[in-house]
Amino acid sequence: MTKWLEHHLPKLVLAPSFIAVLIFVYGFIAWTAWVSLTRSRLLPKYDIHGFIQYDRLFASLRWDVAMNNLFLFGTLFIVISMVLGLILAILLDQNIRTEGAIRTIYLYPMALSMIVTGTAWKWILNPGLGIEATVRGWGFENFKFDWLVNPDMAIYTIVIAAIWQSSGFVMALFLAGLRSVDTEIIRAAQVDGIPTWRVYTAIIIPSMAPIFLSAFIVLSHLAIKSFDLVIALTGGGPGFASDLPATYMYAMAFSRGDIGQAASSAMIMMAVVFTIVVPYLYSELRVKND
Amino acid sequence: MTDLAISPARNQNRTSKIVLRWILYLILGIFVIFYLMPLFVMVSTSLKSLEEIRTGDLVSLPREVTFDAWITAWSSACTGIRCEGVRPFFWNSVMIAVPAVLISTLIGALNGYVVAQWRFRGANLFFAAMLFGCFIPFQVVLLPMARLLGLMGIAGTIPGLIFVHVIYGLGFTTLFFRNYYVSIPSELTKAAKIDGAGFLRIFWSIFLPLSLPIIVVTVIWQFTQIWNDFLFGVSFSQAGTQPITVALNNIVNSTTGVKEYNVDMATAIIAALPTLLVYVIAGKYFIRGLTAGSVKG
Repeated sequence: MTKWLEHHLPKLVLAPSFIAVLIFVYGFIAWTAWVSLTRSRLLPKYDIHGFIQYDRLFASLRWDVAMNNLFLFGTLFIVISMVLGLILAILLDQNIRTEGAIRTIYLYPMALSMIVTGTAWKWILNPGLGIEATVRGWGFENFKFDWLVNPDMAIYTIVIAAIWQSSGFVMALFLAGLRSVDTEIIRAAQVDGIPTWRVYTAIIIPSMAPIFLSAFIVLSHLAIKSFDLVIALTGGGPGFASDLPATYMYAMAFSRGDIGQAASSAMIMMAVVFTIVVPYLYSELRVKND
Repeated sequence: MTDLAISPARNQNRTSKIVLRWILYLILGIFVIFYLMPLFVMVSTSLKSLEEIRTGDLVSLPREVTFDAWITAWSSACTGIRCEGVRPFFWNSVMIAVPAVLISTLIGALNGYVVAQWRFRGANLFFAAMLFGCFIPFQVVLLPMARLLGLMGIAGTIPGLIFVHVIYGLGFTTLFFRNYYVSIPSELTKAAKIDGAGFLRIFWSIFLPLSLPIIVVTVIWQFTQIWNDFLFGVSFSQAGTQPITVALNNIVNSTTGVKEYNVDMATAIIAALPTLLVYVIAGKYFIRGLTAGSVKG
């Protein structure tokens, strides 16, 4: 008996987690997928009615705004964070004496809750008392910076706050990458008289391709999941001008009582993550198993 | 002795180098200001009186430092109808985070140990299934989880939130420990087995003593994630059990009475303080957790 136990103990230790993952990840995804095919409103129903929820979703103006915002926000957030992160990493890699302190300052926003970040930026961008009022107070009477309450611009305030929060992290990723490039090759290039910027564009940056991929995966994942920041900064407003799929889903699930819409929008979010993450995970796991 | 006669070309080269260096530091300095500005504004606003906030500007230092806003934030600010400050919610967050971090780290360590050292058929499949769970948008499990917590009778309670955080933290904790234990040679386990040590004995006396760095990384990662969580907190709590992030959002968005920006900022700093402190004390481990899994090797 003890021998049997000893032999099977590793499996027994894994079993609860395995069951938990099966139920709470895969089972729950299946539940949501199922409900997204029903006519559920306030309470879930379980008779399948085809894709009516998805038809409603794609016909909804609010969802349309949310998806467009996700695309706009995601693109700007990912591109600017990567460019900024790369530039900062290269600048910091020039034997800066106070590198440790500067790095700590660039990265600390990543330790904050998005709700804290949103609260801080909401105050800074407040048209009545924030930057706008401050710059006016300096004598520029006509200065206007009302993005937070302007339906056309509100989504860009989320871009600003998100970049502030995450670009330092991208910088840290790239800095680690720069440090792992073979110094022999760089020295050889310098001996040959190749200018520094060419060394970067032709040797160092191409060799960091895997890090670009990782940064892209992490940032796109952050973008799709962005929920707290929108809630704290704009609340999805004015109106629903700065809604993202995550806030749409939450509004349907908990304030509108429309479970069918909540489930179908969650499934679309899932599909977006899927198309980005699964090929990446697959290639990662395959490389590691070889 | 050509050194004595510095050629003009070389001299010029040197000046341009110094100028470049100054530009470099200038750019880095501008970004230091960019990243620090919101924190500075938060702290300085929290130390001003409302009177001064209305008349002064955003980036000025307080003329008269007052801690009133901090006291209000801690013990009498209103979240909705209750006006007890943020204190009870701070303790809610502590009571959620501490058990959830400990349990998920312990289970993750055991899981990682099995996956890395006791390979059996299906162990890799298990790991892949688990890893995938790290990446799902949690919106996709929100509805069934709300129902399940209701069925289990722990909806809106602190144990319910602990449960949710443990479940969805397991993917990352397992990943961290697995990647760490995989680098420990399996000969060690084999030798110990020959000496008659069992599964738990090997874990307890060989692996655990080697694990301090990865335990620190995991605990910091989990603590930051759980303390900063908002989605689960707002979905699965009720009036008395909300974590601090939810309370902060309620205070900032409460529409009753005069808008007290200084109290908002003090509350935000209180909410940020624990994770900020962890970052300042153990930044190295924090960064390692962030980059684990995203940088190959």
